[in-house]
Amino acid sequence: MADLLFFMFATVAIGSAIGVVVARNPVGSLMFMVATLAAVAGIFVLLEAHFLAAIQVIVYAGAIMVLFLFVIMLLNLGHDYQRDVKGGVWSVMAFATTGGLAGLLVRQLGRSADSPAFLTGSGGDAIDAALAEYGAVGAIARPLFTDYVVPFELVGILLLVAIVGATVLAKKNV
Amino acid sequence: MTMHLDFSSQGHYLIALLPELVLSVCAMVVLMAGVSKRMRNSPDRVTDLGWLSLLGILVAALANGWLYGVTEVGSSAMVAVDGFRLYANWIFLSAAGMSVLVSIAYVDKQKLQAGEFYGLLLLSTVGMMFMASARDLIVIFLGLEIMSIAVYAMTAMNRRDRKSAEAGLKYFLLGAFSTGFFLYGIALTYGAAGSTNIAAIAVAIGDGSAHTGLLGFGVALLAIGFAFKVSAVPFHMWTPDVYEGAPTPVTAFMSAGVKTAAFVAFLRVFFVAFDGVYAQWWAIIWWLAVLSMVGANLIALVQVSVKRMLAYSGIAHAGYLLLAIVSNNGTATAGLLFYLLVYTFMNIGAFAIVMTVGDQAERNQRIDDYAGLGSRQPMLGVFMTIFLLSLAGFPGTGGFMGKIFLLQGAMDANLVYLSTILVLTTVLSYWYYLRVAWFMWMREAPDADTHVGLAVPVALRLALIVGVAVILYTGIFPGSALELARAAAESLTSGRFLSLSAR
Repeated sequence: MADLLFFMFATVAIGSAIGVVVARNPVGSLMFMVATLAAVAGIFVLLEAHFLAAIQVIVYAGAIMVLFLFVIMLLNLGHDYQRDVKGGVWSVMAFATTGGLAGLLVRQLGRSADSPAFLTGSGGDAIDAALAEYGAVGAIARPLFTDYVVPFELVGILLLVAIVGATVLAKKNV
Repeated sequence: MTMHLDFSSQGHYLIALLPELVLSVCAMVVLMAGVSKRMRNSPDRVTDLGWLSLLGILVAALANGWLYGVTEVGSSAMVAVDGFRLYANWIFLSAAGMSVLVSIAYVDKQKLQAGEFYGLLLLSTVGMMFMASARDLIVIFLGLEIMSIAVYAMTAMNRRDRKSAEAGLKYFLLGAFSTGFFLYGIALTYGAAGSTNIAAIAVAIGDGSAHTGLLGFGVALLAIGFAFKVSAVPFHMWTPDVYEGAPTPVTAFMSAGVKTAAFVAFLRVFFVAFDGVYAQWWAIIWWLAVLSMVGANLIALVQVSVKRMLAYSGIAHAGYLLLAIVSNNGTATAGLLFYLLVYTFMNIGAFAIVMTVGDQAERNQRIDDYAGLGSRQPMLGVFMTIFLLSLAGFPGTGGFMGKIFLLQGAMDANLVYLSTILVLTTVLSYWYYLRVAWFMWMREAPDADTHVGLAVPVALRLALIVGVAVILYTGIFPGSALELARAAAESLTSGRFLSLSAR
């Protein structure tokens, strides 16, 4: 059952991801992106990361995507469609590059049986132990404020820089 | 009394990150002061913000010096307290200090938003310092983003200049593109090694538990991400346009600071974490170095804009410095650190002259415009000549000693071809550096009043004097700076052996 659900979510995620790229209308491509994120949230549920799944839906599929939608609508985008990849040679090259990279990656992943430590790391047990001890939220919150406190605070500076930068560039009277 | 930090309590981070904290707080004070009513009602006070920033940089430098008395235990913390980081911090703080000094008059004259300008400059420096101190790929990534986003905004900051906006957008788009490579590289490395901690990655590679195929991808993508940031050929496309379009003080700051930060993080990741797979990545960096040295020096020969010529000179220098990463030994690392210190002063100095000749605006940037500068403004001419000679690598300047130390490291690693190419392309570069000097001293100025009324602001004059003093001092007595660089390289090497012994 879990396997079936996994393949269902995975198919939706990959199919919608392709839809994001090929959709002609920006709003349509955005909707595909929401579907991708929701499907990934489903995979999180299957991994018993319920808190992560909820956050994924609330923050990504909810808040951030709505902002995207607002921007697209306010800027009134999506009327004149232009191809990103121009000319036959370029599209062949673009597809060859991405296809080649994807092929190499798939081949390497297929060989993962060569190094068993890669598949049977101790990560799963550690997550189970943390879940049992601190609960779904605590398992994320504890490392965030202990081991990862420096990156956590750094994100604050990063957001400050982004806000100040955006304000400086978008201000009306200079 | 030495203090030991084992990072068992979060409070230890407050001590370990003292210079960064001081600078962040100063940046926020500058930001707040910039929007205060008093500041807005009296526009002539904007220079005070520059001096306030400089004060913050000096206090951060004091904190950085104090950290030499602090020792850390272990290498599992998010940030390192080692000589390598502290040495890199000296370079970042020098770059920030010099940039503030050369910006003060420019920001005033171009009516840039001073609070935001200096605030972003300081926060960008904080990002650089985190890149140097990071023991974890996540921290490197966040530092890189803080630095880059601040610099994107600063590039586009001159709202009255079309070229500034164009440069900002170009830099932002290509930078975001390279960030994608970088982040994907981190993800694959994490997938392969099971950790983002640099020492843990080295251990995983050492004991063979890392997945080699994924790791190869991760290493290659990280190399591309870093190559973008150090602007190595063929990932240099953005550099000339961005350097030319950005306000000149911003160009000066990023040419020195961003490059140093990228190289320092590049070195820590490849030297410590990926040491075990050196055989797989050295060829990538080898080719990047060759292409950068040959390509950039050839294109620089035909430039007519001095600012653009300096951009290609920056790309060529990325090629020289990549030599140290291929060498992968302590001697070359010390050489790289030494060179980056000198490079900061000579490059910001050269851009300061460009700013002065342009009368604190984006004017008079063609080589023809430098005709007669030597006879009309002898001091500016002498200073510019010293900066150019140092960039070219003439004996007696810090640039020459830096190249010698780089070559020494490369010879230790038996990189005969690369060393030969470095020497040959250096000889080639004399042409375009000395052409500017030739125009300054040998050509007559076209009009009687060219260059006569050039104002040299006090702060900029101070920066020029400091720059020339450092270049000549490191050129004639390289000992003290090199000793410090050697100790810094030593601390990185010992970190590497620590990870090896943990096998």
